[in-house]
Amino acid sequence: MADQAIASRKAPLAGRRGGSPAAILTPAEPASRISVRAAADAVAGLSAALGVTLPVRPKTSASSGRRHALWLGPGEWLVIDEDGADLMAAAASSGTVHSAVDVSHRNTAVIVSGPGAEVAINSGCPQDLSLALFPVGACSRTIFGKAEIVLLRTAEDTFRVECWRSFSPFVFGLLSEGAEDAGH
Amino acid sequence: MLLIYCPYCEEERSELEFRNGGDAHIARPTNIAEISDEEFEAYFFLRDNPKGVIYERWRHIHGCGRFFNAARDTVSDRFITTYKAGEPKPDLDVEPKTPETVETYEALEGAAQ
Repeated sequence: MADQAIASRKAPLAGRRGGSPAAILTPAEPASRISVRAAADAVAGLSAALGVTLPVRPKTSASSGRRHALWLGPGEWLVIDEDGADLMAAAASSGTVHSAVDVSHRNTAVIVSGPGAEVAINSGCPQDLSLALFPVGACSRTIFGKAEIVLLRTAEDTFRVECWRSFSPFVFGLLSEGAEDAGH
Repeated sequence: MLLIYCPYCEEERSELEFRNGGDAHIARPTNIAEISDEEFEAYFFLRDNPKGVIYERWRHIHGCGRFFNAARDTVSDRFITTYKAGEPKPDLDVEPKTPETVETYEALEGAAQ
């Protein structure tokens, strides 16, 4: 009898390792993510339903445990749950007028950590990542080489780099090169 | 690297994050089905291409994703001001600081040695 084919999830960066002693690159665990668009009057309801306050100031994020809400633009957020919770259901239960799109499998992430993390990311990203201008908790959609990324600073020496899965080999490769340079 | 102030992000960002969106403050005719071909051409295709200050739409495509307007000097490439989409055209009382330019061909044609 033929074996039954069973689909299994394949993480785009599975098994990759990279970086240098100055900046260590780790593919992030699979997470659930939604892209949320909403007007100002829906923010309070959505925040209550998602359990994390949607920030309304540019370049800011809010976290509640392992769930993060990142301001991307006026009325636009990326919500990440590292435990893989059903964010779509949470948003739908808010009773507000909004748009939520599940982008869990569109994005993947690389964790860049170490004293050279800033330098490694700046190898392809034009933003000023000094602590004064990009403090812990700051986030921004920006560009990294040819790929668009979403940056989140989770600690003084740690960044979460979100990118589209099809760009992830490029992003990981360029980050590896930057991490090598960060050691010098 | 050129830095452009995004009025939504309230910060100067690298030009790499932006994309030009053509001339600003072009009103779409309300009777678009009735206007003549010449009027449609003037609205849709014809632009001034000025030398000096131009009002343009820009999009912070790799940032907040929003369109905004900017006044830019086409000679020096200096951004004079940026403002949110929908806001009226600002009164620029200052003359843009455009350096004296030399049209290398026309200006020097007669002096060719």
